[in-house]
Amino acid sequence: MALALSLRGAVKRYGEITAVDHLDLEVPEGTCVGLLGPNGAGKSTTMRLLTAQAIADEGEIEVLGHTLPGDSKAARAEMGVVPQLDNLDTTLTVEQNLRVFTHLYRIPRGERQDAIERALEMARLGDRRDTRADKLSGGMRRRLLIARALVHGPRLVLLDEPTVGLDPQVRQELWALIDALRAEGVSILMSTHYIEEAQRLADSVVIMAEGSAVATGPPSQLVLEHVGREAIEIYGPPARLAEAEAEARSAGYSTRRTGTSVSVLGIERANGDMPEGERRPTNLEDLFVLLTGEEAE
Amino acid sequence: MSAATATPPPARAKKLGRLERPALMGVLVREVINFSSFWKSSAFSSTVEPTIYLIAFGFGFGSLVSTVAGYDYVEFVGTGTVATAVLFSSVFSAMFGSFVKYQFQRTYDAILAAPVDTEELVTAEALWIAARAGVFGCAPLLVAMVFGLDPSWGMLLVPFIGALTGYGWACFGIFIAARLNSIDHFSYVTSTVVTPMFLTAGTFFPLDGLPEWVQVLGQFNPLHHCVELVRHAAFGFEGWVDLGHVGALIVFAIGTWRLSIHYMTKKLVD
Repeated sequence: MALALSLRGAVKRYGEITAVDHLDLEVPEGTCVGLLGPNGAGKSTTMRLLTAQAIADEGEIEVLGHTLPGDSKAARAEMGVVPQLDNLDTTLTVEQNLRVFTHLYRIPRGERQDAIERALEMARLGDRRDTRADKLSGGMRRRLLIARALVHGPRLVLLDEPTVGLDPQVRQELWALIDALRAEGVSILMSTHYIEEAQRLADSVVIMAEGSAVATGPPSQLVLEHVGREAIEIYGPPARLAEAEAEARSAGYSTRRTGTSVSVLGIERANGDMPEGERRPTNLEDLFVLLTGEEAE
Repeated sequence: MSAATATPPPARAKKLGRLERPALMGVLVREVINFSSFWKSSAFSSTVEPTIYLIAFGFGFGSLVSTVAGYDYVEFVGTGTVATAVLFSSVFSAMFGSFVKYQFQRTYDAILAAPVDTEELVTAEALWIAARAGVFGCAPLLVAMVFGLDPSWGMLLVPFIGALTGYGWACFGIFIAARLNSIDHFSYVTSTVVTPMFLTAGTFFPLDGLPEWVQVLGQFNPLHHCVELVRHAAFGFEGWVDLGHVGALIVFAIGTWRLSIHYMTKKLVD
């Protein structure tokens, strides 16, 4: 399958800190790849490498057949970027924000208005076209950011934490929008630390920790491979949880803390001597915590 | 995924060059559309302050001094404050505007995600500020006309002199914005660079009455060259001397242009 983008052995250092550490990443054309990782894992730096707003110290990066950073401008002409932080022109209206980007993305004069109308319709902001960006709700602003990135009909879209800080209802709205994009054959690289988001939208995920990819593949396959099919969740006082955790580990099982409980993973291999608890299917979150660590940075 | 192959770029795609017109136009269009939402306050601050200087100095000193360097004092100050208006409308817009756009609004991140590079971004921003400075610089001249300055054909060149000077100062402002990490530090630059240059440009008093070392330093003050050019545009050009002034402004503009691009690239691209 043809690739929309690839990073091979990409390294990015900031002084003593290695933000991206020999990262290999591929997005096949027409697929959505989720870049999962805790805060500080290197997701945003990876996104900046793909727009040449950060220059890799080592490795090779290709986007839509263009080699970066030398040919990054041509690559940027064919992709759209939805940033993690809102950078709309707040004193401009919705339509004016889109109009500015029809110029920046070099859409021919005769096609600009159609491009704006398409973007407005896709983001369902047609009735807000004359509203200033600073008067929009958080969800609408996020939709406008997405519309702005799509105004020129890009072949590839980079979504950097597209739903961070939004209400669940707004998040679901955006998921539908991203899913529609994928259905249209647009290639998507989406960084997120929301497990559910990756599970719902991504054809495959790359889990990053400390700048490197620690697992790559379709979510269900990765879960099965690393944490098995089933987990048992054990509740009790802290001393009981510590005891259950120690017992499971000594028996060769992986475990993870889930706040008020301990999950013992891959228990389908057990032969009946497991402690009491609630059985449940394993999920991407189990895998994520197992691979990226239980301690928040 | 390892069996995958890289997508070839589409046939129409080609490597994009430097300083492309569509990229410059894209950034300029953004500035023009944004300007429509704040042009009144911008025009007010850029023209009223120099006009107040003109009126205060013109009538204040004008009541004590009738002529300076062979000109009526109001005419001397009226032509000199053009440079002040150009300076104020370019250097401060560039310093504060650029800093706010990259640090707080993250506008430059949005623009650099499109097919625009830092060189184009900085150039277009400076061109727009320069164009505004060229227009705003005419305000004191028009006010001076109300108070007796005779119009002349040479004055039609004043917007261009203002724009050339404004381009250099805009690039200087962008360079400062790229170099400093806090907006509070701008006051150091204002106090140690902008204010002394504004006072020793020959705007309010001629440099030839000052010590020789100040006169020599004045030759390195771009604003002085702007003041001289505007006066000569109003009262008669002086041939090679004025070409020298134009040359000095071009050198200033090119020097600050490259500096601003270099340091803004370091700021925006990790």
